[in-house]
Amino acid sequence: MTAPSLSLRGDRGPLATFGRLRAEHRSASILVTWLLIGILLPLIVELPGLSDFQQQVVWVDGFAITGIYILLALGLNVVVGLAGLLDLGYAAFFAIGSYAFAFAASPQAITHLNISFWPMLIIGAFVAALFGTLLGAPTLRLRGDYLAIVTLGFGEIVPAIFLNADTYTKGTNGIGGIPQPQLPCIGDLCVKFTFLDPFPFFWTMIVILALVMVFIARLQNSRLGRAWMAIREDELAAASSGINTVTTKLLAFALGASTAGFAGVFSASKLGNVTPTDFSFTVSFTVLAMVVLGGMGNSWGVAIGAFVLYTIQAVLLKELNQFFQGQHVPILESIDFVQYQFLLYGIALVAMMLLRPEGLFPSTRRRRELHESAGGVEVTDLPPPTTEIGES
Amino acid sequence: MTTATRPALPTGGDSILVANRVTKAFGGLVAVREVDLDIPRGSIISIIGPNGAGKTTFFNVIVGILEPTSGGVMISGRRMIGRPVRAWGEPVLWFAPAIVISVLTSVAGLAKANSLVELGIVATIVALAAMLLAAIIRPAWYLRSLRSLGIFRSARPNEMVAAGVGRTFQNIRLFANMTARENVIVGMHLKLKANLGDAFFSTPRSRAEEHWAHDRADEMLALVGLKGRGDELAKNLPYGDQRRLEVARALASEPSLLLLDEPTSGMNPNETAEMMALIRKLREELGISILLIEHHMQLVMGISDRITVLDHGERIAEGTPEEVRRDPKVIEAYLGTPAS
Repeated sequence: MTAPSLSLRGDRGPLATFGRLRAEHRSASILVTWLLIGILLPLIVELPGLSDFQQQVVWVDGFAITGIYILLALGLNVVVGLAGLLDLGYAAFFAIGSYAFAFAASPQAITHLNISFWPMLIIGAFVAALFGTLLGAPTLRLRGDYLAIVTLGFGEIVPAIFLNADTYTKGTNGIGGIPQPQLPCIGDLCVKFTFLDPFPFFWTMIVILALVMVFIARLQNSRLGRAWMAIREDELAAASSGINTVTTKLLAFALGASTAGFAGVFSASKLGNVTPTDFSFTVSFTVLAMVVLGGMGNSWGVAIGAFVLYTIQAVLLKELNQFFQGQHVPILESIDFVQYQFLLYGIALVAMMLLRPEGLFPSTRRRRELHESAGGVEVTDLPPPTTEIGES
Repeated sequence: MTTATRPALPTGGDSILVANRVTKAFGGLVAVREVDLDIPRGSIISIIGPNGAGKTTFFNVIVGILEPTSGGVMISGRRMIGRPVRAWGEPVLWFAPAIVISVLTSVAGLAKANSLVELGIVATIVALAAMLLAAIIRPAWYLRSLRSLGIFRSARPNEMVAAGVGRTFQNIRLFANMTARENVIVGMHLKLKANLGDAFFSTPRSRAEEHWAHDRADEMLALVGLKGRGDELAKNLPYGDQRRLEVARALASEPSLLLLDEPTSGMNPNETAEMMALIRKLREELGISILLIEHHMQLVMGISDRITVLDHGERIAEGTPEEVRRDPKVIEAYLGTPAS
């Protein structure tokens, strides 16, 4: 009889079955997880400890904004985590997506185009991707620090243009009156997007996040994903394997930027206005910190990193303020913790690099990279991957 | 033109690679001077020479990493590497569509067709941007139109792979943090066809292709003697196996010519013998032509059909192993001049 021998195998437990299902139906498992998050998160905040702090509506509103940051972190993860191109000006694409929607939809903008939210979600992503390519093209020969400096410059230039081209963008005032998304009513069932009701925004965000994450997961395991990884490891060897490094890098920039474009359109519609100050360097930095803390290369890790950091920033620090003020603790009472968030990020990043360089939730690959010592020969001790010239 | 006074290029009827008077100078230092090389289809050719003879520079010129100062390389009769010809024509190609559209737009402007003018201005910008983007990406149609205009630009390393030239590196350059199998699948990049859309929608075509690539990679690994090691990270393999993996990755692009840059450097005698057996097997079973670069002379004697000897960037001898071994210039380069 063969049946008993089967039960001896170690992959029969419910956990193993779950793991196998997840591996075999990657996309479905991502969709189901986001569905659960979409349903459970608004219910969790009704629990006693959490509902005392703020109302459910306020929580959900915060989650919708957290979603924007998760989306940004997922997109930056494609550029930094998968393709290994350090981008310090990522907020620029967020700004481009936001302003694209402002110009397309706001009655206050000079364009008067009146395009609605749903097509603009796609168009905004395309516009951002276009600018991603535009940034990518001149920086193709750069790597590491040099690339970081150029992208940093780009990240400063874009908000500066929106600030100073005030005939078109109204400068510091920004563009207001951006309309909310609209959905046709099905019978009596109407979904209305308003400032007072964050739920439609929240669920729209969940859908966007689920789709983006499915796409990224598929990309990661595709021919293109491997090409990104190869370029991250060794660009010359990648070119010598037949990879067109130019196209591959431009695609990383374009796809990363398009995700930020989604986030930009959504955020413009959610907040109802855009101003150049929304896209300062701190946004780029915060998103990068989310990617690094969460675990570069792992979509779920990055999403959790973004959620944790944003929640700390938006909820925990305010809570701390209230707590110390309520208890009248000397010294601590007079500190505004929200002011010190970047100090805390800095400390968190330094601690992370020392204790757990792969991030909180690393991809299995990165864990192996950092914790599986090279047997026999250290390949990593070889000279850095630059174009080899002449003899050695 | 100086080329007119030179003897005609060897047409290379059955040569897979013909290098013609390749010179590479770094400033005042001439690393490679007027080196000729002919690799007949199905042969094993070696380039040997003492350290610093210019072997790797020559190698980097023929794979498209370094642009030669003069001379050129033909693959299967088609010129791939050399000085640009009519390079001034390339900007014409970039601007031509935009200029044509803007002329048409001006005509429309004279005819007072305002909506056409708006469209024309947008189309001009799009055409210009598209052509400039094509110029840096260099897709196949762009290369074709360059060729039809008689413009010649040296091929890039990835274009050389597409032309059927695979290579390995002197200092191993594997994708250290990818598994052995993934390394080989990256090598198959040009054989796989899945595009962005396939990846997004996980089409049956792309899934079938991934399965095929997986199996094919395992075959390649088995071929070089790494059967069952596919899931190990490249950096965790022993040194000799890393070299084998590099060969497998180069083979994955199904090259007709394989360039091996010191494939046995740092290997013990046992591993060296295995590598030499592997090289012989590649030629005999797969019919791949091989160019071997080595500085150990004894090593290549038994395996090569012909040997080219470089010293101080110049070719000092060429012939069968037996001829080369007896050549006084070669003996001098390796052992120095007699004391008397």
